Amino acid sequence: MSNTKVVLPTEHCETCPAFTQLEQMGIKVGDFDRVIALAGNPNTGKSTLFNALTGLKQHTGNWPGKTVTRAEGGFEFNKLRYKLVDLPGTYSLLSASQDEEVARDFILFGQPNCTIVVTDATALERNLNLVMQVMEITEHVVVAVNLMDEARRKGLEVDARSLSRDLGIPAIPITARTGEGIHTLLGAVAEVIEGKTETKPLRVEGTPEFQNAVNELVPMIKQLAPGIPNARWLAIRLLDGDARVQKAITDGELNEIVSRQYQQDVQFSKKMSVEGRQ
Amino acid sequence: MSESIQLHLLQPGQRGTIAKVNSTGALRRRFVEMGIVKGEMILLERHAPLGDPMAYFIKGYHLALRKEEAAQIEVILG
Repeated sequence: MSNTKVVLPTEHCETCPAFTQLEQMGIKVGDFDRVIALAGNPNTGKSTLFNALTGLKQHTGNWPGKTVTRAEGGFEFNKLRYKLVDLPGTYSLLSASQDEEVARDFILFGQPNCTIVVTDATALERNLNLVMQVMEITEHVVVAVNLMDEARRKGLEVDARSLSRDLGIPAIPITARTGEGIHTLLGAVAEVIEGKTETKPLRVEGTPEFQNAVNELVPMIKQLAPGIPNARWLAIRLLDGDARVQKAITDGELNEIVSRQYQQDVQFSKKMSVEGRQ
Repeated sequence: MSESIQLHLLQPGQRGTIAKVNSTGALRRRFVEMGIVKGEMILLERHAPLGDPMAYFIKGYHLALRKEEAAQIEVILG
């Protein structure tokens, strides 16, 4: 399936609730032009990259599931202001632990302009599982192959060009600790957002039966939760027997999640604009 | 084809090829996410003082598993 982002017809916009929510998200209004999500396995250096980009000195180290929420900061690149959201480290977006839910819900419903998946160059294969999962949700993905210094120390070479070609999205080697490759990474992110780089995420097609089942479910989900950005992903989750998604759909929680995520973003933007004036 | 043994029965330094994952549901999914799939080589590096948990090496990284979890994975020696 092509674009996961909902394009709303303008003639219905004024009265459509999805449109008002989109406006209130405060992503394009307020103090930020763009929102970037940082995803990745635990201990791949997301927070190091977050700190390198925002100049903040918080949020390094691990802490247990419950207290983990998203950390947010801002930076400017090529005269555009970015809001950076540092998500909890996860191996997957499919299991139901709380930190994974935070990451998943934001990528699904927070609709970042681009998601950077930070990967560990020394354990790339394991990390690519999450990359594939994020690519199922959104086309706006860039892989940061981090810890290149450690990889070199271990005598590993990473063929980022081939990786990028095989995945269908940019793959940029970086060392967040030293700043190596960070500008290239941001350039790649900007190009993905601006559509200068056309991504073609590698996706598992599945059997014709599977595709038929997905195609049957998608319209039903869209009917149940108008404005839902990732109906295809939810359909696949349903087919997989994901109890959490089943529950969210049957008891109407889905709409709540969508609007809650929007509200959080609005609150954040308001907070930032207040603090920005002080 | 040699017989499979439970993963936790490996000796430190011994390696095996994963033949079967006997768990279901969330645990099985987690195993797959961590690279524990059929045909993959796994090495027992060492175990904690009381024998549990155990440190394995798979797909280029270290993974700690409880004994009871490892017991659900079958490997063929070598």
